[in-house]
Amino acid sequence: MDAKTVGLVCGVLALLGAATAVVWVLRRRTDSGIDPAIVQTFWLRIRAWWIFCAVLVTALVIAKTVTVVLFWLISFWALREFITLTPTRPSDHRALFWVFFVVTPLQFLLVGLELYGFKLYGLHSILIPVYVFLFVQARIAMSGDAKRFLDRTAKIQAGLLICVYCLSYAPALLALPLSKPPAASAPSPPSNPAAQADASLPAPNENLLSRSAQNPDPGSNARLLFFFILMVQLSDTLQYAWAQIPSKHVIVPSIHPGKTWEGLLGGAGSVALIGAALWWAIPPFPYWFAAGMAMVIAFMGFAGAITMSAIKRDRGVKDFGTLVAGHGGILDRIDSICFAAPVFYHFTRYWLIYHGYLDVSA
Amino acid sequence: MGAGLALLAKFLSGASVRWIDSQPDTCQRVYFANHTSHLDAIVLWSALPPDVRALTRPVAAKDYWTAGRVRHYLATRVFNALLIDRTEIKVHQSPVDVMIREIGHRYSLIVFPEGGRTAGEGVSEFKSGLYYLCKKRPDLEMIPVYIDNMNRILPRGEVLPVPLLSSISFGPPIWLEAGEPKADFLRRAREAVLRLKESY
Repeated sequence: MDAKTVGLVCGVLALLGAATAVVWVLRRRTDSGIDPAIVQTFWLRIRAWWIFCAVLVTALVIAKTVTVVLFWLISFWALREFITLTPTRPSDHRALFWVFFVVTPLQFLLVGLELYGFKLYGLHSILIPVYVFLFVQARIAMSGDAKRFLDRTAKIQAGLLICVYCLSYAPALLALPLSKPPAASAPSPPSNPAAQADASLPAPNENLLSRSAQNPDPGSNARLLFFFILMVQLSDTLQYAWAQIPSKHVIVPSIHPGKTWEGLLGGAGSVALIGAALWWAIPPFPYWFAAGMAMVIAFMGFAGAITMSAIKRDRGVKDFGTLVAGHGGILDRIDSICFAAPVFYHFTRYWLIYHGYLDVSA
Repeated sequence: MGAGLALLAKFLSGASVRWIDSQPDTCQRVYFANHTSHLDAIVLWSALPPDVRALTRPVAAKDYWTAGRVRHYLATRVFNALLIDRTEIKVHQSPVDVMIREIGHRYSLIVFPEGGRTAGEGVSEFKSGLYYLCKKRPDLEMIPVYIDNMNRILPRGEVLPVPLLSSISFGPPIWLEAGEPKADFLRRAREAVLRLKESY
């Protein structure tokens, strides 16, 4: 592991350690004046963080392929929670079999192949929204049961979109080219101040780059993914923390009474500051890009939370976890990741194309 | 083999197990459950702790479980299933007699008193076998079990399972009361299963 990755991981561990200590003390004290329910929520969140951090760091250290497999398993479990919650009819059974055992592995296989240099972005980005969506409709039509046809196909498609397609963009971050190709002759637009800001960063590596086609900073993709997950989790927690301030303007009371304007704006603002402060971890991006992406993540995380809340409310459950007693409720933990991942991926990709890291002219 | 299969069944069915006012025990029991899927017996058997599982025999239809080598192997070697011949029921060889003879004073049973798989989520009326079993062996603890969502994991007429989440709830034991009429007992037993369904 390189120094930057170690720095990032140690920073996060220190932060988590501090947060754990604070909440542990608050749990012990009954006279702190803070609602025990809020402390308990933080406690559970921090515990989930520890697990997620440990698993992600382990996976990233072992190999990128392991990380892709890990996200496939998360996706599989999230999809089974989603489909368990939404009623399907027995005639959807065959279509569901395809969805679980063919489509989900295939999507993550495409992501995995991208890590090995196959340029599959095109197929990866349309497999589910084009081919699979059409296939699911046709397969259900073939079952000969027309009852509530659009309802049923929409449920399966929504599950696939959120739990498989969107989530697959998180490990896909590992395949983005974060260093310029050896023949990097594509000039950056000179009028852009950001281009000058980032021009100073990769400079020491130029010689190394021209000598070998290898990535001069092999840890950068892992840090990008780690940065993304960290920002999602931080924005969730900070939005929750900001929502505790007294004057509450709830955004959608009928869907999610916990999400307030104060929480959203305060959370997005503070996570942007943290993102900017961590810009060094994700070269080649400048600090303003890190801050901007952190804000985008905060807004997408909010969108994910209220969307899943609407689905849960419609089905009359509080958490996907309480749906079947004893299950963790993975979908409750990753709803913000699912919504933020494709947007984060594409904004990052646009930036890379604009600055000549990625050649899409072919 | 048994432990591996139990693990696979747990993964595929995503089954969470709840004991409601009830505890796993190796004493002689009859687990009676609703029946919607071929996987019910495997999943229920897998949900029991290993020491209880070793002493628990699912009652299954001979014609289904002896068709094909894999099923036959699983039924006889892994689950130690008690296979009942549905086609040849003789006077002194009624299923209940076979069950009582086979369990002796050692084994517990898993039975599905609806008699066959029910389509959808409902629970059909119970067949009278459960009553006769209790009448001949009133010392057995009758444990109601509700298996939720298995009908979606492997519905009737399907071969390949879809890995949704299911749950298995074990309830408190019931016994046949002295002089209790057959219809009353069967209704009470069925209600014990339905109560577990409603406890979500």
